[in-house]
Amino acid sequence: MHIPDGFLSTPVWASLDLAAVPAVGYFARKARSDIEESRIPLLGVMGAFVFAAQMINFPVGLGTSGHLLGGALLACLLGPASAAIVMTAILVIQALVFQDGGILALGANVLNMAVIGVLAGYLPYRLFGAGRRKKLALFAGGLLSVMASALAALAQLAVSGVPIRPSLAGVSLVLFFVSGVVEGVITVAVAQAVENLNPGWLARAEASWKPGVAFFGGLAIALASLGVLIASQAPDGIGKILEQVGIASHPAGLLAAPLAGYEVSWLPGGWLRKAMAGLAGLVAAGLACLALGRFLARRRSA
Amino acid sequence: MHHVVLDRWSRGRSLLHARDARVKIVALLALLIALATAPAGAHLALAGYLALLIGAVLLAGLPLLPVLWRAAFVLPFSATFAVVSWLSGDAPRAASLVEKSYVSALSVLLVIATTSLPQLMRGLEALRVPRLLVLVIQFVYRYLFVISEEAQHMALASRCRAPVRAGARNWKARFRAAAGALAVLFARSYRRAEGIESAMAARGFSGHFPSFAESRLRTGDFVFLAAALSVTLAVRLGAAL
Amino acid sequence: MTEPLIEVRGLRYRYDDGTLALDGVDFRLDPGETVALLGPNGSGKTTFVLHLNGLLAGVGDVRVCGLPVRRENFGVIRQRIGLVFQESDEQLFMPTVLEDVAFGPLNAGLDPAEARGRAVEMLQLVGVRHAADKAPYHLSAGEKRRVALAGVLAMRPQILVLDEPTTFLDPPGQRDLVKLLHDLPQAKILVTHDVHFAQSLASRAVFFEKGKVVDEGTVADVAARRHWNAAVD
Repeated sequence: MHIPDGFLSTPVWASLDLAAVPAVGYFARKARSDIEESRIPLLGVMGAFVFAAQMINFPVGLGTSGHLLGGALLACLLGPASAAIVMTAILVIQALVFQDGGILALGANVLNMAVIGVLAGYLPYRLFGAGRRKKLALFAGGLLSVMASALAALAQLAVSGVPIRPSLAGVSLVLFFVSGVVEGVITVAVAQAVENLNPGWLARAEASWKPGVAFFGGLAIALASLGVLIASQAPDGIGKILEQVGIASHPAGLLAAPLAGYEVSWLPGGWLRKAMAGLAGLVAAGLACLALGRFLARRRSA
Repeated sequence: MHHVVLDRWSRGRSLLHARDARVKIVALLALLIALATAPAGAHLALAGYLALLIGAVLLAGLPLLPVLWRAAFVLPFSATFAVVSWLSGDAPRAASLVEKSYVSALSVLLVIATTSLPQLMRGLEALRVPRLLVLVIQFVYRYLFVISEEAQHMALASRCRAPVRAGARNWKARFRAAAGALAVLFARSYRRAEGIESAMAARGFSGHFPSFAESRLRTGDFVFLAAALSVTLAVRLGAAL
Repeated sequence: MTEPLIEVRGLRYRYDDGTLALDGVDFRLDPGETVALLGPNGSGKTTFVLHLNGLLAGVGDVRVCGLPVRRENFGVIRQRIGLVFQESDEQLFMPTVLEDVAFGPLNAGLDPAEARGRAVEMLQLVGVRHAADKAPYHLSAGEKRRVALAGVLAMRPQILVLDEPTTFLDPPGQRDLVKLLHDLPQAKILVTHDVHFAQSLASRAVFFEKGKVVDEGTVADVAARRHWNAAVD
């Protein structure tokens, strides 16, 4: 899911870099005020743990295997702000040292995995994590975080004009879903082990259904998905099955009109239009996530 | 191992190694932006950049072929998308994907191979990246290999103890084994973090991580930055024509 | 009668799960002395030394350099007594060797230039000056141990405590460590399984068993009485 340089079009990577800077700054300030500086090594070690864990193969039948992404697990262990920072650190190291993911694309990758992924992973736990449905909440968090990150990445690639084959959407969605399920199961397993070792390590989940939180959370995820639907206007293309690529096969009718004529080309006119469309959707998703983060943070410290 | 090689390269000596991390980062960003914004079909410009980067690799005293090879790790990914683009009739984009992703990867690699990670982190901090993030990156990097090695040892030990044949039939057992291993690794990691905190306390941790004073930019740094930026711009403008 | 550097009376400590780790330990360390702590795994040796700088707090009287080991004295005490942990990877947590050795002095308030100078001096002393800019990950076990020691020495302590210092060291490495420690003027406590190592350095041995001190004397005598050797008759 790490997008390299050279894939995203300029308005996309530029706007995402611009959105990522205040987002990371916000989470850094929030995390800094949440924890003592003496806990920073713990964040580092947890990051190293997730990094190492990402390399472990989890066979999921049919000869394929999944891997842990870690956003949801970190969010439930450390709280969303610290988790976002740790995931950002992991992404930076992956980009710099392992050349996994681009530098200009860091904004996109950070927003997808360290912000959207973490917030989506934390949302179910935050809403109903206390009490008997904790395992379900952790599982749902894992699933949601993977799906939200994947859909956001897809949207960005599609809006950038990377060719996609709509008819392979089903397969890709299934792949994402399976990855999400694996993530959910691993998240539950590790969180349980943590609880056994020391009950109370998990960030406290206040058990209350807050309509505001649910609304913003839903909005953020919906916008990420809408971005994908917008991009579905792209014409058919011949293609092979690619893990990162694939979208819903049914274009959203109401969005078809303003975006009719979306073309995979570099002509200035069409470029501007599609840039604006993609940009608007992505910036909105980004702002929604920021708002969600702020909302959650205020609730948590209350 | 990849990172070991990179670490060794980054501790070499050359005009490039000696430059302040800040100017290298800024020059890198400028080059990446020039690459990203270059129109598709600007093959000459990209060839120009490639030649300049190769020159820089040689100037830095790095082994050319291994560096070029490492930068190619991005190619399988971009080549796949390139084939798709080409088959859907967009040949310019196909070429663009491959050449841009490669040259970008090479330029990043050049900076990483001439700047040690601690130097890079200090540069990022000086460029106003949040201190918390920089510290976390430092610690993730510090313990990344320690914990990965632990994970590998655990995997090896478990394979010796209970060889579960790879196969479709027993994937559930292997899944559970992997999850169990992860849980143990987590516990060990947490204990390790506690050990680190004890070690910090034992040496009188004051509550704030100390850092060495920022080094000043020297003439060589300014010269390098000016040269890098103007060359990048020149080639980029040439591409636009 | 000189003032003892360390004086412990009736120390008791219980783990969170209720197990009694230390059951009334008395101990004394005089200036210039080197004492070896021997005993089975889990007998409380490491738990004991963690009380000397306040990392653990039990019930009883613990005094270091005349000061009771209490929160308000931690700052001073942790400068007087330096602890080299068994796990070098947990002790060397900074990105480079130099930064790690300078950690103590910098946190104690020295300015960066002074701290740097002291770090270099200590690295020179323990023989790993060449590794100053290296990442700890790339060091051998012996080098890591020495860097950890340098980091502790950089705080100019009066007492050195080393927990299983010969772990992972090959025989030449052990020999070098013995030589190095022998030349250091500080009073030392060595928690160790290695009787030979203990005998090379320690004038006295204290034997722990189930959280109590059950024997004391020269290393040779204690080892003999407790059958504390690796040889099979």
